[in-house]
Amino acid sequence: MAAAETLERPVGTDGRVPTLQIEGLHVAIDGHEIIHGIDLAVNKGEVHAILGPNGSGKSTLAYALMGNPRYEITEGTVTFNGEDVLEMEPDERARAGLFLCFQYPTSIPGVQMGNFLRLAVKARFGDKAVKTFRRELQEKLRLLKMDQSYMQRYLNEGFSGGEKKKAEILQMAMLKPEIAIMDETDSGLDVDAFKVVADGVNAMRGADRGFVVITHYNRMLEYIKPDFVHVLIGGKIVKEDGPELAVQVDQHGYGPIIEEVRARGEEVELPEEGGATYAREEPAARHHDPFRSHGRTAI
Amino acid sequence: MATTIDIRELPPAVSVDPNRERMLREAEKELPLEYRAGWHDELKPIFTTGKGLDRDIVETISKMKGELEWMTEIRVKAYEHFLERKLPAWGADLAQINFDDIYYYIKPTEAQGKTWEEVPEEIKNTFDKLGIPEAERKFLAGVSAQYESEVVYHSIREDLEKQGVIFTDMDSGLREHPEIVKKYFGKVIPYKDNKLAALNTAVWSGGSFVYVPKGVHVQIPLQAYFRINAKNAGQFERTLIIAEEGSFVHYIEGCTAPIWSEDSLHSAVVELIAMKDATIRYTTVQNWSNNVYNLVTKRAIAYEGATVAWIDGNLGSKVTMKYPSIYLLGKGAKAEIVSAAFANSGQTQDAGGKVWHCAPETTSTITSKSVTKGTGRAEFRGWIKIYKGCRDSVSAMRCDAMLLDKECYSGTTPVIEVDEEKVALGHEATVSKVGEEELFYLMSRGLTEREAITQIVNGFIEPFTKELPMEYAVELNKLIALQMDAAVG
Ligand SMILES: Nc1ncnc2c1ncn2[C@@H]1O[C@H](COP(=O)(O)OP(=O)(O)OP(=O)(O)O)[C@@H](O)[C@H]1O
Ligand SMILES: [Mg+2]
Repeated sequence: MAAAETLERPVGTDGRVPTLQIEGLHVAIDGHEIIHGIDLAVNKGEVHAILGPNGSGKSTLAYALMGNPRYEITEGTVTFNGEDVLEMEPDERARAGLFLCFQYPTSIPGVQMGNFLRLAVKARFGDKAVKTFRRELQEKLRLLKMDQSYMQRYLNEGFSGGEKKKAEILQMAMLKPEIAIMDETDSGLDVDAFKVVADGVNAMRGADRGFVVITHYNRMLEYIKPDFVHVLIGGKIVKEDGPELAVQVDQHGYGPIIEEVRARGEEVELPEEGGATYAREEPAARHHDPFRSHGRTAI
Repeated sequence: MATTIDIRELPPAVSVDPNRERMLREAEKELPLEYRAGWHDELKPIFTTGKGLDRDIVETISKMKGELEWMTEIRVKAYEHFLERKLPAWGADLAQINFDDIYYYIKPTEAQGKTWEEVPEEIKNTFDKLGIPEAERKFLAGVSAQYESEVVYHSIREDLEKQGVIFTDMDSGLREHPEIVKKYFGKVIPYKDNKLAALNTAVWSGGSFVYVPKGVHVQIPLQAYFRINAKNAGQFERTLIIAEEGSFVHYIEGCTAPIWSEDSLHSAVVELIAMKDATIRYTTVQNWSNNVYNLVTKRAIAYEGATVAWIDGNLGSKVTMKYPSIYLLGKGAKAEIVSAAFANSGQTQDAGGKVWHCAPETTSTITSKSVTKGTGRAEFRGWIKIYKGCRDSVSAMRCDAMLLDKECYSGTTPVIEVDEEKVALGHEATVSKVGEEELFYLMSRGLTEREAITQIVNGFIEPFTKELPMEYAVELNKLIALQMDAAVG
């Protein structure tokens, strides 16, 4: 298999326009640019791994691709099956076949997992899909070794870290995306859960689906053998290669790569001391409103 | 304003029955439901007192119904009090109500239908549009459907009758069981309670009368459907539920209303009496049309070991003022008030709950969920009072508000008065918006913005919805979805 040789690879392996094509992408949050020009082309049937130190912009890239309104695209283009993704709302992207496994899935109180899944499947595949929904759900639950009782629970609420990740994979399995972006789905899993998740992903691999796997661990990549590995540092992809690049990073860290880039005369923006990272952002906490009045009212 | 409740006139809490069981019946399958409000049938009233009210009309209403003298007297006294009494100075603005521009009595048919066959065709059509499914009719204990001011159709399942359970409209209740009605009518909510209770007492018509004998567990919820379907038709139904010692009953009322341009008034009075170790669960899901003033007085008394739960959901209406309350009069009595309010543009939901702890070891919880949209206003008023000597009582009040737009308003006015030291109290209030992260998460799975917001809102009121029987929960979620026609601002 031909690995990416250079940083320029705008066209897919078969010469057609790639399923997901990112060109010169710049992304800013609150006016602060995090991603400084990324090119990436992902085809169905391919698995791309993105590695990078904490705070390098991996999640930012993932959110921007999915259309989180907080992430502003300041430059560049993204197309999905030839269509301008940046013009699409997140739900349109999802229905078109793009999927994001969240690094930190959001809890939605009061919304039952099962009902929600049915709605999501209906949104993507239409009313007819509801007929086969149950059967398919059972199948996927078995595959992911998840108990039926999850379906009555509120979406991600009170789920353990591992349960949340499994729930993300379950959603991916039900929505059968064309391109799935997996943001650190392997983090925080115990040995068994890790295997279940990795098997789940492998089971979904195929010619009709492409993956972008964001991870810190080569362990994941040993299970899900990537076709391409991209190293993202300081908001740029600084190195791309085949699976061996992941092994190299695993063994030697990012130091050698950073030196290599600097030797090329390019600047690398490094995360702050201590690998400072944009830690998990939970949904905005509910504002506490001190009682407006303590006055006695006649009721 | 202190409410007068003459406890001496009520039967004392009596002997022991340890069998107290709580049962919540849920329909097993989702019943299909389309939105059916917003229409009305042409139906000629057979008799009406015309617009406005005076002493003669009050007496005429009583005469038309062939009531006993004591009821006529109460009506007249209540009417006099209504004249003197001012509207509440707090709460929503009621100044626009023109009491002279309301029909106080409309009688659509001569007789009440004992069997379905006897019910006039036109009214049957109305029920069809209301979507009371055939299956449900069989399933239910009895359907008491109030058409305009009179109950026109009423059926009681035989096994209920065999158990000695009375479930009928209030007028028939008064005719057929005058001794029970006389004993309890107006004892929980005297006409002097407030101006609207006085008005209701003066002109009441319809409503339900439920009597559950000692130890009887009514296995299926008793249901009543109400709607307003005459121009300016005032609905003044009166409901009285008595659960004797150790009994259990779940009463459900739900309604949809046609849309009218002129203001309408709905002012009900609901009195519940739970004897020792009895349980009464009273569930309401209402969706009045946008012009209705919905001003309801609901109050319950719970004796030793008894449980009363008000499950109260309010959508629609122009103004709703409703604070279901519970007086815990016996040791170990329990109160539960769970309410949800949805105020869309131009609507005010002024709601809450009130619990009086008058005995030791009593418990109460008040949970309120409000959602406001557009220029909607929601005000929560919660009032908990624990008298001296009510030791080991526990009370928790919680009020959560969700604001969907910038212009909407939500306020909370909790009052907690405690004269006893040995009690446990909790209260919490939160205000939230639809979180961007939650919205993005749901949309990233393909739900449109509207669907995503609906999910979040339905999730927010889930603590209320889960208290409802399945078909009502489904109905409520659909009604909320219909309110979500526009995206958040
Ligand atoms: N919502 C946000 N608000 C403010 N700053 C943000 C936000 N999201 C990301 N950042 C900043 O952008 C940079 C990149 O963050 P990002 O989450 O994309 O990193 P990452 O590569 O996914 O890191 P990790 O490996 O720790 O998950 C960090 O400096 C982070 O602090
Ligand atoms: Mg990240």
